[in-house]
Amino acid sequence: MSYRRNFLLSIAATVFTGILITSVGCGGGSSAKSNSIVTSGGNVAQISVNGGPNGNYANGVFVSVTVCAPSTSTCQTIPNVLVDTGSSGLRILSSVMTISLPQQTGSSGPVVECLPFISGYTWGPVQTADVQIGGEKASAVPIQTINETAFPVPTACSNQGPAMDSVQTLGTNGILGIGLAGPDCFACSPNSGLGNPNLYYACPTSGCQPITQTLTNQVQNPVALFPTDNNGVIVELPSLSSPAPSLIGSLVFGIGTQSNNALHGATVYTVDQFGNFTTSYNGKSYSGSFIDSGSNGYFFLNSALTGIPDCGGSSNSFYCPASSDNLTAMNQGASGGSGTVNFSVTNADSMFNSNNFAFPNLAGPVGTSADYFDWGLPFFFGRNVYVAIDGQSTPGGSGPFWAY
Amino acid sequence: MKKNCLVTGVLTVFALISLPAFAVLGGSEASVQTDQIQLKASLRSTQAQTYTVHELRAATGLVVREYAAGGTVFGVAWEGAWPPDMQQLLGSYFDQYMQERKQQARNGPPGRRPVHVELPGLVVNIAGHPGWFRGQAFVPSMLPSGVAAKDIR
Repeated sequence: MSYRRNFLLSIAATVFTGILITSVGCGGGSSAKSNSIVTSGGNVAQISVNGGPNGNYANGVFVSVTVCAPSTSTCQTIPNVLVDTGSSGLRILSSVMTISLPQQTGSSGPVVECLPFISGYTWGPVQTADVQIGGEKASAVPIQTINETAFPVPTACSNQGPAMDSVQTLGTNGILGIGLAGPDCFACSPNSGLGNPNLYYACPTSGCQPITQTLTNQVQNPVALFPTDNNGVIVELPSLSSPAPSLIGSLVFGIGTQSNNALHGATVYTVDQFGNFTTSYNGKSYSGSFIDSGSNGYFFLNSALTGIPDCGGSSNSFYCPASSDNLTAMNQGASGGSGTVNFSVTNADSMFNSNNFAFPNLAGPVGTSADYFDWGLPFFFGRNVYVAIDGQSTPGGSGPFWAY
Repeated sequence: MKKNCLVTGVLTVFALISLPAFAVLGGSEASVQTDQIQLKASLRSTQAQTYTVHELRAATGLVVREYAAGGTVFGVAWEGAWPPDMQQLLGSYFDQYMQERKQQARNGPPGRRPVHVELPGLVVNIAGHPGWFRGQAFVPSMLPSGVAAKDIR
């Protein structure tokens, strides 16, 4: 994601954050306090951490999304859509869809997208839908319908990793990207001033060719297109002390737009052009750190830097300490906001051996060159995390920012 | 000006003719120049004690660093809003990389997390989120003495 920001805004945010910190200081520490979770209101949708549609997803947080053919009552409610603060845009597997949606067509033919995630890519046509989540509805939203066969997958797309094109391979029915960006690829727009990373394609019968795509036509965060409560979201999940089969929480739309979505004393953490901030740990600073409900653990550093052994074997993606490690880090916004994070790492294998799907303290390494923290889903347990969308104004300043 | 155009033209033709693979990892250090053309990137090379780092900066903001010693690229690292084409980056190592990725996707614990590929002859680590990708790849047996995995960044 790329953010169009100017220095004045950054300065304003910095000054504002300064004021905010002062007022938080009067309120006392908040780390040990349990968070309150809003359960009623037209701007609230229930979310659930559970095993997902395959019944085997570890630390996935899901929501139901209703999509309709634009301006019609032809609708379908799709359960088990992953709530992802690490991406922007709604992506639904065509294999779970029973209604058909209109295809977006540009001057060169039908528009199709390849979106690279870390775990693999999603490929499929850009279609238009009215999108309803909880009591909020956005009209004529460009979404991605994940489909490997409707249009041939370009090699440049399939080279990105495994296809995430089925309930089996995606692990969910879709992904609801409610991250910091509105449109999903600023550099793809014709006037970005950057080279086109070629995520969008026109696919006439003669074959698919990369195109630029205007921000308006891009797959985008549906929240930004709600008529109200459109400046961001709050992800609210209760604290969790030991693994559990499920965990219920709320996705609240809007920041400071209703009586149930005030910032309260949350600290605002500003981000750089990539949506990242700095995490300090053990005396070293790691820029390029971020918060991501779509990552299923805390992912940070590596065994050499943390002294925590990884699990080895097929789960070498996770840490397996002999006993739980209690750690402390500090998050610092790109231009303002800082606070301490206390967190624990528990042996992943011992947790996976239980019949549970919500895991506190699940963590893993990011690799030998990787010097940053990915604050994944366990970070959300017991915290209300605010996600302010790029360019939107809130009582905490202009997005993009995180607050908690 | 005209001469520059001509040189660029010749280089482009050369790249097209000589480049079925556009190999990077494990390939000749000379391939750095063709990568530069492919990525439409600026190139800056710096000499460390036992190796050379060629840093390519593409217009998209993608940065690729190629680590070479003895005329061979032994490691690559990248960062940017969107990832590079992994086939272009890994060259002849791409097939085993993809095979392992697909196997992990089939057999590993479900859920989304950073990528670790650790094969006897290849290590790849990738992490980030859409809008911010970062990774490294290297061939362990090719690391010059005194160079550690963490140096490829």
